[in-house]
Amino acid sequence: MKDDLYFNLDHGYAEGLCRGFKSGILKAADYHNLVQCETLEDLRLHLQSTDYGNFLANEASPLTVNVIDDRLREKTVQEFQHLRNVSYEPLSTFLDYITYAYMIDNIVLLITGTLHQRAIGDLLPRCHPLGSFEQLGAITVADTPAQLYTAVLVDTPLAPYFIDCISEHDLDELNVEIIRSTLYKAYLEDFYNFCEKLGGITAEVMCEILAFEADRRAFMITINSFDTGLTQDERAKLYPTCGHLHPDGLQELRRTDSYDAVRDVAAHYPQYKLLFEGAGTNTGDKTIEDKFFEHEVKLNMNAFLRQFHFGIFYAYLKLKEQENRNIIWIGECIAQKHRARIDNYVPIF
Amino acid sequence: MGTSYLTIGGLGASVGLLIYAGLTYMLTNYGFRFDIGWFLLAISPYQWALVGIALAVSLSVLGAALGIFATGVSILGGGVKAPRIRTKNLISIIMCEAVAIYGLIMGIVISGSISSFSATRIEDLALKYRAGYKLFGAGLSVGLCNLFCGVCVGLVGSGAALADAQNSSLFVRILIIEIFASAIGLFGLIVSILQSSGSNMAD
Repeated sequence: MKDDLYFNLDHGYAEGLCRGFKSGILKAADYHNLVQCETLEDLRLHLQSTDYGNFLANEASPLTVNVIDDRLREKTVQEFQHLRNVSYEPLSTFLDYITYAYMIDNIVLLITGTLHQRAIGDLLPRCHPLGSFEQLGAITVADTPAQLYTAVLVDTPLAPYFIDCISEHDLDELNVEIIRSTLYKAYLEDFYNFCEKLGGITAEVMCEILAFEADRRAFMITINSFDTGLTQDERAKLYPTCGHLHPDGLQELRRTDSYDAVRDVAAHYPQYKLLFEGAGTNTGDKTIEDKFFEHEVKLNMNAFLRQFHFGIFYAYLKLKEQENRNIIWIGECIAQKHRARIDNYVPIF
Repeated sequence: MGTSYLTIGGLGASVGLLIYAGLTYMLTNYGFRFDIGWFLLAISPYQWALVGIALAVSLSVLGAALGIFATGVSILGGGVKAPRIRTKNLISIIMCEAVAIYGLIMGIVISGSISSFSATRIEDLALKYRAGYKLFGAGLSVGLCNLFCGVCVGLVGSGAALADAQNSSLFVRILIIEIFASAIGLFGLIVSILQSSGSNMAD
C-alpha cells in the first residue's frame, strides 16, 4: 500500500526517467546492424541512429575500441549521475550503495597498479568514475591493509566492510584479490540487508537479484581457485551468505575440488542446474560465465515488469553495462577482423 | 512495515485506559451514564448534515489529489525521453479531476437540502433527524467512493503514461482500464444522490 500510494511522491520522476533511459537500450535489430559493420567507422555510423546519437562525433579517426569504451562508459555515468541528482531519500542511499561496488574495484585497481610500480597519474584515469571518492588518490601511500584502513578508508562509506580485511600482512598479488573478495562479500551482504529493510516490492525484486549475485560469486570464486594456492577454509570465508546457496550449498562448495563437483552441487538447485547444463568447457560451448551473464540479464529485465520499486535503477545500470560490454565485444571482433564469434554477445531485448 | 514500539505502546495504553474507564463505570453502578441514545439525540441534525458536506468535498478532493500527483509525476518523467506522450496523457489527469467535481456537485446538492427548522413535536423532530442522518450518509458515501476512485485512476494513469512512453499502442487499452476505474466514482455519486434526494429539513 505504502509502495503504490506514496512511491510517486518522491520517486515518480526518477522512475519515469529511468524507464525512458531503458527504452534507449539497443534492440535485436540494432545488434543485427552492428554485427554487419565492416569497420569501426561503420559502427559509429550505426550507433548514431540509436539513442547514443553523436556521442562519438568529436573523436578523431582512426577510431579505436578503447576510445569507444571510454565514451560509452562516460554516457552511462552521465545518465546515472543525473538520476542520482534528482533522487530523494531513500532512493539516493540506494543509488549510493550501487556505487560502492565500483569504489571497491577502483581501490583494488590502484593497489595492484602500485604493486606493479605504475604512476598514480596513469592509474587514476582508469578508475571507474562512479566509484570515485575524495581519498582515492591517497590509496597508493599505504603498504599494509591496516595502514590503508586507518589512513584512507576510515572516512569513506566502505569503512564497515574493511573490518575483516585488516591484517598486518603486506599487500601483494594474492592478498589483493582476497581483499577484493572480502570487501565485496561484506558489501553484498550489507546491500542485501538494506534492501530487505526497505521492504515491499523493492525487497522482493532486489533480494532475488542480489541472491543470484552472491551465488554467482561463490561459484566463480570456487571455480577460479582450483589451481591457485587458496585453501578450502580461506575460500569459504569469501563466500557471500545472502544467496540461495547459504548454508548447505556453501558447505558443499567448500569441499569441492573440480568443475564437475561444482556442477553436482549446483544440481541441487533447479535454476543453477539449468545454467550448468547449458554450459560446457569445450571451445564451442558457452562458458558458465556466459550463462551467468544471460541469467543476470533475464533477472534485470524482469525487474522492469513491476512498478513502484527501486530495482529498476539497479537493473538499468547493469543492463547498460552489459550493452557496453556487447558493443565493445562487437567492436573488438570488427577491429581484429576475427568475426567467427561475433555473435557471442548477450542479447538483451 | 514494522510496527514500531511507539505505535504498539500507544495502542496498548489507549486500550488499557478504555477498559479501565469502562470497568470503573460498570462496577460503581454508574453504567447508565454510558448512554448512546442520549449521545445521538444530543448531536444536532445540522452537525450531521454539515459534516456530511465536509466529508463529501474533502475526501473527494483528497482522492483526486492523490491521483493527480501519481499520474502527473510519471507523465513528467516519461515525457523526458518520449515527448509525444505529454499531451495525450493529460486525459488521465482530467479523469482524476472529474472525481473532485463529483464531490463538489454532491456538496452543493447536500447543502441545498439544509434549512432551519423549529419543530418541537417528537414526530416532526424524528423527520429532521432522519434528514440529518441521510445527508451525512450521502456525504460519506460519495467521499469515500471518490477517494478510492481517485487513487485508482491515478495509479492506473501512472502506468498508462510509462507504458505509452515505451509503446504507443498500449495507451488506448490502458485508458479502458481507467474508464472502468472512474466508473466506481460514479457509483458513489449515484447512491449519494439517491440518499440525499428524499431528505428535507424544512418545516
